[in-house]
Amino acid sequence: MNRKKLQKLTDTLTKNCKHFNKFEVNCLIRLFYNLVGGVERQGLIIGLDRNAFRNILHVTFGMTDDMIMDRVFRAFDKDNDGCVNVSEWVHGLSLFLRGSLEEKMKYCFEVFDLNGDGFISKEEMFHMLKNSLLKQPTEEDPDEGIKDLVEITLKKMDHDHDGKLSFADYELAVRKETLLLEAFGPCLPDPKVLIARWNLKLKYSKIQMNSMICEYLNVYIVSKRSWMYIEKSLKLLDFL
Amino acid sequence: MGLALAKLAQWTAAGHGAGTLEITPLNEAILKEIITFVESFIYKYPQEAKFVFVEPLEWNTSLAPSEFESGYVVSETTVKSEEVDKNGQPLLFLSVPQIKIRSFGQLSRLLFIAKTAKLKEAQACVEANRDPIVKILGSDYNTMKEDSIALNILDKITRDDDPEREIKKKIAMLLKQLDRHLLNHSLKHISLEISLNPMTVKKDIELLKRFSGKGDQTVLESIEYTSDYEFSNGCRAPPWRQIHGEMCYVLVKPHDGETLCVTCSAGGVFLNGGKTDDEEDINYERKGSIYKDLVTFLREKSPQFLENMSKQGISFNEEQQKEKDPLSEAPKKDEAAAFHKDISGSDKRSLEKNQINFGRNQMTKRLEPSLNWKTTVNYKQSKGSVKEIQEDKHTGKLEKTRLSVSLGRAQLRRKSAEKIEEIISDSSSESEEDEEPPDHRQEANADLPSEYWQIQKLVKYLKGGNQTATVIALCSMRDFNLAQETCQLAIRDVGGLEVLINLLETDEVKCKIGSLKILKEISHNPQIRRNIVDLGGLPIMVNILDSPHKSLKCLAAETIANVAKFTRARRVVRQYGGITKLVALLDCAHDSTEPAQLSLYEARDVEVARCGALALWSCSKSHANKEAMRKAGGFPLLAQLLKTPHENMLIPVVGTLQECASEENYRAAIKAGRIIESLVKNLSSQNEQLQEHCAMAIYQCAEDEETRDLVRLHGGLKPLASLLNKTDNKERLAAVTGAIWKCSISKENVTKFREYKAIETLVGLLTDQPEEVLVNVVGALGECCQELENRVIIRKCGGIQPLVNLLVGINQALLVNVTKVVGACAVEPESMMIIDRLDGVRLLWSLLKNPHPDVKASAAWALCPCIENAKDAGEMVRSFVGGLELIVNLLKSDNKEVLASVCAAITNIAKDRENLAVITDHGVVPLLSKLANTNNNKLRHHLAEAISRCCMWGRNRVAFGEHKAVAPLVRYLKSSDTNVHRATAQALYQLSEDADNCITMHENGAVKLLLDMVGSPDQDLQEAAAGCISNIRRLALATEKARYT
Repeated sequence: MNRKKLQKLTDTLTKNCKHFNKFEVNCLIRLFYNLVGGVERQGLIIGLDRNAFRNILHVTFGMTDDMIMDRVFRAFDKDNDGCVNVSEWVHGLSLFLRGSLEEKMKYCFEVFDLNGDGFISKEEMFHMLKNSLLKQPTEEDPDEGIKDLVEITLKKMDHDHDGKLSFADYELAVRKETLLLEAFGPCLPDPKVLIARWNLKLKYSKIQMNSMICEYLNVYIVSKRSWMYIEKSLKLLDFL
Repeated sequence: MGLALAKLAQWTAAGHGAGTLEITPLNEAILKEIITFVESFIYKYPQEAKFVFVEPLEWNTSLAPSEFESGYVVSETTVKSEEVDKNGQPLLFLSVPQIKIRSFGQLSRLLFIAKTAKLKEAQACVEANRDPIVKILGSDYNTMKEDSIALNILDKITRDDDPEREIKKKIAMLLKQLDRHLLNHSLKHISLEISLNPMTVKKDIELLKRFSGKGDQTVLESIEYTSDYEFSNGCRAPPWRQIHGEMCYVLVKPHDGETLCVTCSAGGVFLNGGKTDDEEDINYERKGSIYKDLVTFLREKSPQFLENMSKQGISFNEEQQKEKDPLSEAPKKDEAAAFHKDISGSDKRSLEKNQINFGRNQMTKRLEPSLNWKTTVNYKQSKGSVKEIQEDKHTGKLEKTRLSVSLGRAQLRRKSAEKIEEIISDSSSESEEDEEPPDHRQEANADLPSEYWQIQKLVKYLKGGNQTATVIALCSMRDFNLAQETCQLAIRDVGGLEVLINLLETDEVKCKIGSLKILKEISHNPQIRRNIVDLGGLPIMVNILDSPHKSLKCLAAETIANVAKFTRARRVVRQYGGITKLVALLDCAHDSTEPAQLSLYEARDVEVARCGALALWSCSKSHANKEAMRKAGGFPLLAQLLKTPHENMLIPVVGTLQECASEENYRAAIKAGRIIESLVKNLSSQNEQLQEHCAMAIYQCAEDEETRDLVRLHGGLKPLASLLNKTDNKERLAAVTGAIWKCSISKENVTKFREYKAIETLVGLLTDQPEEVLVNVVGALGECCQELENRVIIRKCGGIQPLVNLLVGINQALLVNVTKVVGACAVEPESMMIIDRLDGVRLLWSLLKNPHPDVKASAAWALCPCIENAKDAGEMVRSFVGGLELIVNLLKSDNKEVLASVCAAITNIAKDRENLAVITDHGVVPLLSKLANTNNNKLRHHLAEAISRCCMWGRNRVAFGEHKAVAPLVRYLKSSDTNVHRATAQALYQLSEDADNCITMHENGAVKLLLDMVGSPDQDLQEAAAGCISNIRRLALATEKARYT
């Protein structure tokens, strides 16, 4: 991509993005195209498809739950075209890495509301929690525990007692107890600090380099330093 | 072998002659071991098996010659082996019934032949050959020399030129090995059989230790083990004594009598022969009858023990109770675990276990009567055990398992055994934790609340859930009222504490946060705190302090703040480097560089520092922690935090400083570090707690004069004075009055306080206040009273009446302060009139009977101005029935301050001639004379005054001389104190009216000293010294005159 185009894209995206500055947006754009492995040509939409994106989620952000990862992809893919394009990428990461509590609540609720009807129903909860308990062979009904857990969750979060969670219910509960933000499964970057041993050596392949850069995205508070590394390595990639 | 046999085997007759071996399981086991050894000898060591014994082993066998087969020459009554030694003698020779064997090979073969009668043969052999090693290897290898045998043997062997040296050496080694093997083997047996458990004995001794020491109140003077080494089975006796069931030897020194050397054995406790001359050894022989335990023994031996024990009874019992209490602390998890084991474990093992437990149970039952002297305890205990059973039922239900009855019983047994273990392990650590409240449980018969079951369910999900489920369960658990004890204990009782602490070790931040949030709440409960420490929760939390997550750090620090409320916890925090880490939390200097955007689970640095300060506050109650904190550089950080405007930060910071101000180091730092300024500033804060801690810190620091000046210079006196008017918060009031008290030690401060009308307010606080406030108020008044003006104020405000009323109190600190004020007021005649009218002197006088020396002394000091200023003082003093006798008898006290004050009072009393006559009758002269040999200048001063006063009556002068008071008095003149000089010179002047005293003085070189005194600028001193010299001189002249005429 030529410099002018990149500059322009950076400017437009920076305008719409509240959490990243120009430099950071620039880095992310370059990272995106490195990951995708090409730039848009006339009339050709290019982006990360579901599998590529899920791979990133898994490797970079430590997510494991297939269903949740699918839902995260959906949440990223605003236009529902089956792939995450560059602007969705920057927007999504802005929320992912720097989002305020409000934004994150909205996003999480969207992820958990599997059928998108504006409510998290008991069934949806059951679906999301079904793997959360260790199956005990002695239990007569292995689902009993999950059902009970769903009831507990409802009791905790369903303030209007209508048997399902509205966004208002969810918001109230999360504001009271932030831990409930990801109540039904991890859908945000794991707040574990990933201290990557960054060693810029040319022997890394392009793909390795990309994944290393991605890893850096998850250094918990995305610090100035980590952006500098990203920038440095992207330069190196450009050079390659 | 020899050693084992001699020491271990239980011989029927004690030791000598042809004893027979008792048929006991132990003996049988030993014999079996020997048999296996001998049997395998021929295969394992064929070379050595051919070795010919120095002397044959002989015994009466029950084997018939016909039983011998090939390899033997058999006749009707004899058997000879074909194997012969180098002289052609057979190695085995049997002539019914006697058998002689001369090699291990033959021994082995014989055992093969004997087949079923092996055991019998072995027994007969061992019985007949009491020292087999001598017979086998020769008398040089006498094994009876115990420890040094191995060396001896080796020594001998190396020196020996015997051709069979090598073989002998090998055999000696083998036998030694066997010996050791047998010892170990039998030890195993013994520790299974022992009936008085070493642990119980140990516990007994530890308990007694705690109540021993110098002084009359303790039950014993000392009690200690003879040996520091403790074997793994808890015994201290050497192994070969252990097989007699002896566990340890104790040296007990009762208050009345010689040190007793006592053997504690499984069979009971008895007096042994005491230590032998060569330090190391004890004469193990029993010298007295056997008692069932140590306490019974001591009660029998020492009447003093019995008496003191009954005095200590209450506290001792409390102690006991405390140790018993965990009985009811049924660790359900253990039980559950045990239950699983029960099912899964092999039958044999569980059977064994039960047997052991059964034994243990018996032990404790045997122990019980000795430990409890009061029936109440027994009662409580039986109640406890009822509870236990009931609890068992509960847990039985909890486990939702189909317990068979027998299994249930086994479980019960095991459970109580486990509890006993727990008690034992607890007892040592608990000794230093006086502040820990006893663990009490909810009444067992009370129905468990519904929360209990819900919490139990949640804990189940905590255990078996992934991160998501865990977080949900944690959040849901927080909805319970965690401040309520039932919930707190429910979490513990269903094993939730373990899980919560476990979660802290995972790397799931959300789980850790959730867990800490709960731990933080429930750790308000003292029992839970202890449980957390017991479960090793503190080191983990200390580690979390290193986490990069600020909110995690905060929560961990807050939880530590709650948990570290008792000594043991504080020690653990320190030992795991917690203090350094907490101090590091205080460092929030990078506050400004904080990113604008706070991440989801983040907290501010200020919050981190606040939590750190909170935890340090809790920790700073231990001396060692204060020191650790100082070393970690905590003080500058605290000083820096003191400048923040955040009130909730200031409270823990000032609280910590206040705790630390008890240390000299910190006080110096506070003085130097401009801390006082901040403290004074915060006195004017709106937060009551903050005000309280600031005042408290000033109270602690104001012992130092410079600090007091600093408080004044920074304008701290005014806010203190104005806080006096707010009497609603008693804690704050106590702190404020305390600060005022200490500050008013400086005169300038008193003047300021007078300006601020603080004295009036203080007088107003003399009524209707709690004692801790009163102590400080009265203390402050006491300091203020040193000035006349203030005394007038107190009188005018009507302060005398409440002060005199306070004289009837019992608080010792308060009494000391009150007497001081009353004494100071009595200097003023008008106040004295009021005191007299209120009968204050009588009250003061009766305080002379107070058991505490400080109160006595203070009361006596206060009496001096009273007597001096009261109208008709002589009559008043006489009116106190027995009062004069009382005060004279106080001269027998051994407290210097009391003595000095009483001397001063006597000086005043003696001003009245009639009273002087009375106290002379009560023997004041000899008592004063006895005190003369003292180095304390204060006492010297008042004593000399008293003596000089008492000289005024009858032949007291002569009496002082007779009681040898004069010579020491002369020495007082060499003291450096002019007060002493003056008083002494006056006393000597009075004494010199008597010729004999003059001679004594002269002999002791008084004249030269007095001559120096004459040159003193002090007029009274001059005069008295001159008078004394003139008396001495006059005597000399008179003598000369008498001589010449």
